[in-house]
Amino acid sequence: MVITKLLDHLGKYLILMGNAFSKPEKTSMYYREVIRQMHDIGVGSLIIVFIISLFIGAVTAIQFAYQLDGTLVPDYYIGYVVRDMTIIELAPTITCLVLAGKVGSNMASEIGGMRQKEHIDAMEIMGVNTAAYLIMPKVLAAVIIIPILVAIAAFVSIGGGFIASVPTGLLSGQEFVMGLRSFFMPYNVFMMFVKSLVFAFLLTSISCYQGYNVKGGSIELGKASTNAVVISDIMILLADYLIAVVLI
Amino acid sequence: MIKISGIYKSFGNTPVLKNISAEFQPGKTNLIIGKSGAGKTVLLKLLVGLIAPNEGQIFYNKVDFLQLKKKDLRTLRMKVGMLFQGSALFDSLTVEENIRFPLDMFTDLTKKEKSDRVNTCLNRVSLDGINAKFPSELSGGMQKRVGIARAIVLNPSYLFCDEPNSGLDPKTSLVIDELIKDITIENNMTTIINTHDMNSVMEIGDNVILLHEGEICWQGNKDEIMSSENEILHDFIFASPFLQRLRNAAISNGFQK
Repeated sequence: MVITKLLDHLGKYLILMGNAFSKPEKTSMYYREVIRQMHDIGVGSLIIVFIISLFIGAVTAIQFAYQLDGTLVPDYYIGYVVRDMTIIELAPTITCLVLAGKVGSNMASEIGGMRQKEHIDAMEIMGVNTAAYLIMPKVLAAVIIIPILVAIAAFVSIGGGFIASVPTGLLSGQEFVMGLRSFFMPYNVFMMFVKSLVFAFLLTSISCYQGYNVKGGSIELGKASTNAVVISDIMILLADYLIAVVLI
Repeated sequence: MIKISGIYKSFGNTPVLKNISAEFQPGKTNLIIGKSGAGKTVLLKLLVGLIAPNEGQIFYNKVDFLQLKKKDLRTLRMKVGMLFQGSALFDSLTVEENIRFPLDMFTDLTKKEKSDRVNTCLNRVSLDGINAKFPSELSGGMQKRVGIARAIVLNPSYLFCDEPNSGLDPKTSLVIDELIKDITIENNMTTIINTHDMNSVMEIGDNVILLHEGEICWQGNKDEIMSSENEILHDFIFASPFLQRLRNAAISNGFQK
């Protein structure tokens, strides 16, 4: 029963994505919508991404410094670990989990609200491919802007690590920078961007699917919004694991 | 012209429409009336393709609507305007942007041409100068008129109205009815209105279809209603005691059935 339901949703999701990525009626209208969505997702999420990344970097530095206490591992490793933890895992995953909560629930509510107010029906009757007009710009905007947000998150997180460890005397600024420059593998940055692209696609497409298929009233809209976040989070973590298996 | 034949629609095991066949002529206001739950909205949604029937055919000027490919369906839909019960205006857009939306999406007109077209439509519904307002700043009647302006902006051949008078006072309802009637005649559109407003039926009912328990139980025009012997029609039209008294008074004063 559960498997049938899952397959049913998967089929509907794939059909919706197929419709969403078809030829636009008017490219300029879609372009404008992509820009608007990029602004909403990017600028709108900058503060929350900044705050979370700053603390993640800070906590990573302090936790690792605590683990190193009394060991023979050099202190500059703090900078190295903060950098790699941030780039490989924390910046893409935590940022996208947070964005699933902020952007994903917002998208599900927006599209679900449009469904309930008959806006989607109105567009369909006009001849608009609503799946394409409402979903494609959001997904495109997300896969463009979320990797940029993740890159910013990585920088801020490393900055957070610096702020938490250098002024507090855990290690010197020179040691921290030395750590940052040690054992650097550009491939990790590539992996960060692969993750952020995949997560961006998942969180937006799943949220849009949830919103697009809302039936009923405000309770169902709330459920769709919650499902958008929960399912996106689960899929992001699953994808994180799969990418780690495939790319490492 | 729109022609439907043998339409059957059920949700699960519950039949909603049973063997519905009818013709809707251009230049006339075609009304679908009936009690709540009679299947009016379902029929309207079938006609515009928002849901599909289990059986039956729908023809738009001899084109089989249900057999159209997605692309052709979208092309045909550009000739369709619809006024929704709740107006369905986009809240985040101004009146001008709402009306301009189909023009932006489907035409290559210049900014000025679009603006002129929007103003013409607003003028047609007697709402000049409200271009910059948002839907939330308008009354229910004004929202309906903006909805009509948006529906006619692409010069459609078919106009569908779902409960255009719901939530409006009788005088505003009359304005909306007259507007729809006039626009229908001016543009020779095939207009189908789903309503249970009796004033609309008696004022603009060129072709009235009464749905009862999913079937057509009466069809005629507004002038034939009073002389009809159909009991279901009379129970529906003269449902209120006031209208019954009025009808009895009319008959006792010599009105011929």
